[in-house]
Amino acid sequence: MINSLRYSFSKVESNSQGLIVNFLGFDNFHEALFVNPNFNRTLTESIMNMLVNVPLIVIFSLFLAVLLNQKFKGRGLSRAIFFLPVILASGVIATLETESLIEALNAENQSGGFIGGLRSFELERMMIQAGVNESIVMYLTGAVDRIYDIVSQSGVQILIFLAGIQSISPHLYEASKIEGATGYEAFWKITFPMVSPMILVNVVYTVIDSFANNATTTMIRDVGFTNFNFGLSSAMAWLYFLSVALILAVSTYIISKRVFYYE
Amino acid sequence: MVSDLLHAIGARLMSLNHWKKWSWSVVRFVLIVGLSFVILYPILQKISTAIKGRADLYSPIVVWIPENFSLENFSHAMRIMDYWNTLLNTFYLSGMTTILTAISCALAGYGFARLKFKGSNILFTCVVLTILVPPTTILIPMYLNLKDFTLLGIIPLFTGGKDVNLLNTYWPFILTSLLAISYKSGLFILIFRQFFRGIPKEVEEAAYVDGANVTKTFARIMLPNALPAIITVCLFSFVWQWNDSFYTTTYLTTSKVMSTSLSSLPHNLNVQLQAEGGGQQDPFYLDMVQDTGVLLAILPLIIIYLFVQRYFVESVERTGVVG
Repeated sequence: MINSLRYSFSKVESNSQGLIVNFLGFDNFHEALFVNPNFNRTLTESIMNMLVNVPLIVIFSLFLAVLLNQKFKGRGLSRAIFFLPVILASGVIATLETESLIEALNAENQSGGFIGGLRSFELERMMIQAGVNESIVMYLTGAVDRIYDIVSQSGVQILIFLAGIQSISPHLYEASKIEGATGYEAFWKITFPMVSPMILVNVVYTVIDSFANNATTTMIRDVGFTNFNFGLSSAMAWLYFLSVALILAVSTYIISKRVFYYE
Repeated sequence: MVSDLLHAIGARLMSLNHWKKWSWSVVRFVLIVGLSFVILYPILQKISTAIKGRADLYSPIVVWIPENFSLENFSHAMRIMDYWNTLLNTFYLSGMTTILTAISCALAGYGFARLKFKGSNILFTCVVLTILVPPTTILIPMYLNLKDFTLLGIIPLFTGGKDVNLLNTYWPFILTSLLAISYKSGLFILIFRQFFRGIPKEVEEAAYVDGANVTKTFARIMLPNALPAIITVCLFSFVWQWNDSFYTTTYLTTSKVMSTSLSSLPHNLNVQLQAEGGGQQDPFYLDMVQDTGVLLAILPLIIIYLFVQRYFVESVERTGVVG
């Protein structure tokens, strides 16, 4: 890491003698921020994506965890199904998935098939006609369109929430029921505060998860290993790291002020 | 009589509460079935690919149900991956790291949650940041350290100046998980910490009053209460270790584990089929066998999950605290 920090301040050339490191000061950072036409755009884009996705994923997985915690027929089966993304979205399998030709073949076979038919145009029109604010509509319909991504990214979070919900002692619910609380009130007054520590965990995890692979990291790798501009690449990596750390710090600060600990 | 009965039924149907419950379960059913379909769709596709015969691959009539049903793909994949042997190896490795990781991360999480010391917050921030750093960055120092392992210069004193090469054994995994620095263990520490902080302090205080020390309180009081967290962490670390190809390819070069044999499956198949005669193989066919391999790799995980799930039961008793 210290090496990469050193590279980010200097011009790195590799030749027959190995790596030559010349100190350059902030030139690489300057180039990344003001000269390179793509970096700013990609960075803001991926940060915006992150900001949009994180609340969606967290709320969605909390909702599903509450749902899966209720008693109904086939609960075990559906829990097993919702565990599948955890397996599928990790390690080799995820890598193999993206390279798989069969997937491509299948996708080709049924483009315009019924998955494509499941768009949300109708919903969108209906909501706009009903007078809902347009940006909210776009946000929601965008979420519906990306449902597979969201589901596959929220497997881990669902499990964490499920564990959190299950450690809430049932006597709290009993007491609230005797006092006459509805299920809705019980959720906001009991479930929500009790799982709030887990919300913090999930926000942190989701931010990091979306940080790990997106357009910016691909770009950093390209600059480093395709164009052999290690100095610029590590400067970009540091800028990216700092911005994510900043987001993480701000969100953790805001959430941890509201988190309720049973102490 | 009859009208009375009808009246009673009608009243029951009309009651608001009943309707509310009923409509809620319909909504829930639709949601869960729909989302399950979204998740299962790629898997179903894989299954249908796995049981297809070779001739069906390009047949335009075949979409889901194959015309020539065959288990040839399975037999190929199992033979080349050396399935049972690999399964056993992977199981050992994942099980070992899982248990050690759970123990060490639980201890660390407890420490961060309850035992406050100077700088513990700063240290905890560092723990969270370790998840942020991609494992590729620390790969080379780790590799060199493990290749010439000296344990701060202690081991050469015993072996007479020689250091130990730990690569190609299970030791790297054991050591990293024992010290809670293995793959994503920062996340596990975070989970444990949040969990322990959510447990009421009164329980612990009661234990202290009864004369238990820190270790005993931890083992007897805190751990049973954090059972859901332990299970979650175990599951995650098991699955991630099972699927991890990054560390396994670095540390283990010869031993067969699931992830490495899975990723080299198409190549090995190609080599073998070429040796048996026939030139370059069709890449689509190789892919087909690979999909079968993926199915074979995730099958044990699903079975394990179905068994573990019953420990995810509700109402973990929090005895002793009233109100």
